Amino acid sequence: MAASPMEQFEVKPLIPIHVGGYDISFTNQALWMCVVVGAVSLFMAVALRKRSVVPTRMQSMAEMSYEFVANMINMAAGEEGLKFFPLIFTVFLFIAASNFFGLIPGSFTVTSQIAVTFTLTALVILTVIVTGFIRHGIGFFRLFAPDAPIYILLFLVPLEVISFCARPMSLSMRLFANMLAGHTMLKVMAGFVITLGGAGGVYTLLAAAPEVLIVGLTALEFLVAFLQAYVFAILSCIYLSEALHLHDNH
Amino acid sequence: MDMIHAAKFIGAGLATIAFVGSGIGIGVVFGNYISGALRNPGAAQSQFTNLYIGYALCELQGLFGLLIALILMYT
Repeated sequence: MAASPMEQFEVKPLIPIHVGGYDISFTNQALWMCVVVGAVSLFMAVALRKRSVVPTRMQSMAEMSYEFVANMINMAAGEEGLKFFPLIFTVFLFIAASNFFGLIPGSFTVTSQIAVTFTLTALVILTVIVTGFIRHGIGFFRLFAPDAPIYILLFLVPLEVISFCARPMSLSMRLFANMLAGHTMLKVMAGFVITLGGAGGVYTLLAAAPEVLIVGLTALEFLVAFLQAYVFAILSCIYLSEALHLHDNH
Repeated sequence: MDMIHAAKFIGAGLATIAFVGSGIGIGVVFGNYISGALRNPGAAQSQFTNLYIGYALCELQGLFGLLIALILMYT
């Protein structure tokens, strides 16, 4: 019997630490988070060590990622949104890097834990709410009441409230479920290869089919890894934009 | 007890039907984007953001089905 495809998502303590009844062990999850943060910081530090007018390859990669996120914020949230560039840039790079690191065989996908994705989402949503209240004060509640006749508002306001409350869940669920589904699919396919390969005879030859499929799926997973980081960042931008501009103009 | 387990697995399988809608939705989003982009390539770039918002929203509906399947199987 092959290992369960869900086994890869198990959080295992590497250095057990227990303080006052709480389990704050250093887990494989924490290790890979450190690896991701370290890799991104190292990349940025090395790439921008010598800042030249004609960029080197590393430097132009760093500049491209900067411009990519800056353009995205500008498009989705306008000029004012650029104030939140550090937040969006950090979140985007962290999610993208942890998704890519998760594709290394034997590694641990940080973003496949709903605890991580929900924490990231909470960060974004709290920023949105705080920004909204700082900018508009109590008028932030106009977010729930667009310009409409009163009899439409009766239906619209509950809908807007529900949609606002569903955002943290949908944002965190999307990233978590995508990573979970993708990695489970890869593991299930890998299980087919092992089982068929061990079956002997003509079945051993048939094992090549899921093997080829895995290669294709891995390529697809790379696309999804980037796309989910992009989607997370752009939705954060849009939520921020709504907090900044309410329903006035876009 | 076995009946409950069997029913859970059947339910989890049924919950994955949610991806039918997700697939149709993503097809509609990307298909319409491409047909629009071919008619008016100049405006294509500006609608890129909306494309991915539409994609993300469609995909989410399928993922809720996956969530229900996971809840059924692992609780």
